[in-house]
Amino acid sequence: MERVLGGNLLGRVDDADIYLEYRINEDMVLEEGAVKKASRHVSQGAGVRAQSGTRTGYAHTDEISLKNLEEAARQARAIADRSASSGNLALPGRGRPHDLYTLSEPPIAAELARKLDLLRRIDAETRAADPRIKQVIASISSEEVIMLIATASGWTVGDVRPLTRLNVTAIAEEGGKREIGSYGGGGRVTFDFFLEDGRWRRFATEAARQAALKLGAVDAPAGSMTVVFGPGWPGILLHEAIGHGLEGDFNRKGTSAFAGRMGQKVASELVTVVDDGTIANRRGSLNVDDEGTPTGRTVLIENGVLTGYMQDRLNARLMGMKPTGNGRRESYAYAPMPRMTNTFMLAGQDDPEEILRSVKHGLYAVTFGGGQVDITNGKFVFSASEAYLVEDGRITAPVKGATLIGNGPEALTRVSRVGSDLKLDEGVGTCGKDGQSVPVGVGLPTIRIDGITVGGTAV
Amino acid sequence: MNTDLLVSVLKRAAQRGATAADGFLVEEGRFSASVRMREIENISHSREQRLSLRVFAGRASAAASTSDLSRDSLERVVDEATALARITADDPHAGLPDPSTLVAEVPDLDLEDAGADLTPEQKIELARRAEAAALESDPRVTNSEGAEYSDRRARYAYATSHGFAHDYGTTGFSISVSPIASRNGEMQRDYWYSSARKRAKLEDPEAVGRKAAARAVRRLGARKMKSVEVPVVFDPETAASLVRSIAGAASGPSLYRRASFLLDRLGTKIAASAVTIVDDALIPSALGSRPFDGEGLATGRTVLVRDGVLESYLLDTYSARKLGLSSTHHAGRDGSGVSVTTTNLMLLPGKTTPAELIRSVKNGFYVTELIGFGVNGVTGDYSRGAVGQWIENGELAYPVEEVTVAGNLLEMLSAIDGVGDDLILRDRTVAPTLRIGRMVVAGT
Repeated sequence: MERVLGGNLLGRVDDADIYLEYRINEDMVLEEGAVKKASRHVSQGAGVRAQSGTRTGYAHTDEISLKNLEEAARQARAIADRSASSGNLALPGRGRPHDLYTLSEPPIAAELARKLDLLRRIDAETRAADPRIKQVIASISSEEVIMLIATASGWTVGDVRPLTRLNVTAIAEEGGKREIGSYGGGGRVTFDFFLEDGRWRRFATEAARQAALKLGAVDAPAGSMTVVFGPGWPGILLHEAIGHGLEGDFNRKGTSAFAGRMGQKVASELVTVVDDGTIANRRGSLNVDDEGTPTGRTVLIENGVLTGYMQDRLNARLMGMKPTGNGRRESYAYAPMPRMTNTFMLAGQDDPEEILRSVKHGLYAVTFGGGQVDITNGKFVFSASEAYLVEDGRITAPVKGATLIGNGPEALTRVSRVGSDLKLDEGVGTCGKDGQSVPVGVGLPTIRIDGITVGGTAV
Repeated sequence: MNTDLLVSVLKRAAQRGATAADGFLVEEGRFSASVRMREIENISHSREQRLSLRVFAGRASAAASTSDLSRDSLERVVDEATALARITADDPHAGLPDPSTLVAEVPDLDLEDAGADLTPEQKIELARRAEAAALESDPRVTNSEGAEYSDRRARYAYATSHGFAHDYGTTGFSISVSPIASRNGEMQRDYWYSSARKRAKLEDPEAVGRKAAARAVRRLGARKMKSVEVPVVFDPETAASLVRSIAGAASGPSLYRRASFLLDRLGTKIAASAVTIVDDALIPSALGSRPFDGEGLATGRTVLVRDGVLESYLLDTYSARKLGLSSTHHAGRDGSGVSVTTTNLMLLPGKTTPAELIRSVKNGFYVTELIGFGVNGVTGDYSRGAVGQWIENGELAYPVEEVTVAGNLLEMLSAIDGVGDDLILRDRTVAPTLRIGRMVVAGT
């Protein structure tokens, strides 16, 4: 560490670190009833970072040798020479790393034959679920990341991160119409996780059910209406509507629609939202973030009031706040930035069925595809892939996929009911920011929002 | 030299029992510098390499890749790939292309900049100039997500066990700016960029900055709209995204999985007669050009849609065999194996100016940005968040936000009733301004 970062570095920079990573990915894909695609990928490399004031120098190499590390450090440090240090050293890392995903057998090490066998059983189960299912694509992805980080302030910490995901896609056909359904899950868990509690069978039948259901879907409505969100994955609403807007970097720069609104009311008092990276075995959880800071539980909105931002070390230092364990990166090829972990709304008091019954005319949305947000004007979208019309408190016809659009600082002020049924998603989320993807989780109880624009075609 | 390493890896695969194999090696160096509010924000350098290998054991196959090119690591990759290929199922369509179809003569497409590298200071200066132009062009530009200069130099090598071994190099340069305009507490961000294979072909940094600023400023004062069905004009950037959706549905893997709204539509009319879409890999110095595809097949010009008729799919060897067709030489390689990728994909221009297209609309929507993922490639159902300008009596009247545009891609393509003359090959996929007769704009 000393040799690479150099003894005289500390006088000129505010923070510096070296990140080493070794990663194995394994993917197995079944299509047309057989596993014809299998692949295994190995990446290793190191990233060296030096920071001074608001400036960051970053260099990475995929040949981990002392010579290359020294060269990377020289390049990262060059930026420090171009600027004056703020003379304000970052705090050393503190707190103990968690132990959230020690496994009896990492998923990457599970026998290939067992994975193949499960994929074949999923294929059969999905086809058996509905005679209209004509295609099944099932995949198991497993990963293991071993990381080690050493900071200039003398903090060194490592982590071994298992991750796995099972995904099932079904294509249903009837009378020349085709539809697609998709379901899956996973986490920082063993391969056996998929076999427990009938999980794989549920993923298979859900994918089939969604594809078949959509064959009979009617056009989605167009315009603003009351929408009831089901529990679990619809928590992507929070991720897009407020999560990104509460990342430290956008708020330090004043480019977020939430900038300068700390302590203000940004949601209905029924709404409390947290980002929690410390839940055992979750896809979005980490023992330490990618800067070596132990992850934590940050209350973002408490009873409707904005109470917290998610921070990495750089933005925490510049804003005079504490790092929250949200400094994440896709791999050694990227410098970290503030990112979410598992973001969810706490449960309320209402009976979910009663929430649905309270709606005269609206939409009940239970499954979503991806979403996106414009941080600066706060506008966010996310796509409902399974949704139903609600008439006089009763679920009626399924509707075709439609994008929902809203305004982050405003949408949650119209939350009028919060259910008692908080659920976290199954473990499928991946979040993209500035070209970097990281695994995340979301969660939501059943909630009702009085007025959000539904982008259908039925005017 | 690059190909030597690949050839030795392929030899080892054969010794390990592979009946055929191919390998792809990318080596690249990148530099980027960003400036925010006139101060340096990030500088990053990198050097990366990745070797990916596909092996066949008879009719079964598997893939592996590594960023570690040491001898031990490469031996491990070969062993793992050949072991994986032993457990995967036989597939009658698997295999390398027929050697007689490989490219005979690799064309020189002039994809590398021969000029000297700029110093880091000069590169930072380009980003600084672009951002400064944005900040200075209008007093309403008050903040910025910054400006970035980046460059990349890469070398690609491809080899097969039947003796093909070639490589080629590319360079790429880009400048982008993302300014924020504000007025009465409202903030709007937009961006503009320029990218090219040759540094001299980059747009002037000041021009990029001014254009980005104008795009951000014109969004100030945005209104929501009542839901309505009207003509919609897509600007060239958003029109290009429609072309990408069509290419996705026309690509082999979507088709053989029956997950495409273009299934069984080859030779039929899928769009208005004014629509012709071409993929041309051989345009000298263009961003999407390549001298051979990811399986060593000669690249060329493919007419995807001619006068509204779907004339060709986009296929690699595997998907072509599955569909009983021939490869269209669109194999792409990434870390995880072979995929289908386009090269320079263009919806060809018409004769109407964009101003005339806007003038032809009495009441409608001019779309300048789309967000979200609301395109269903299986059904063509389309619903995306949109930003733009409302058109009243043929004039851009005021900015609009927090609305969606929705329809079905097949119906939208058939309803194209105006194609602009403003095609510029500034990216890998491009289109001119397009007018669609009717779409639902959903708002309040």
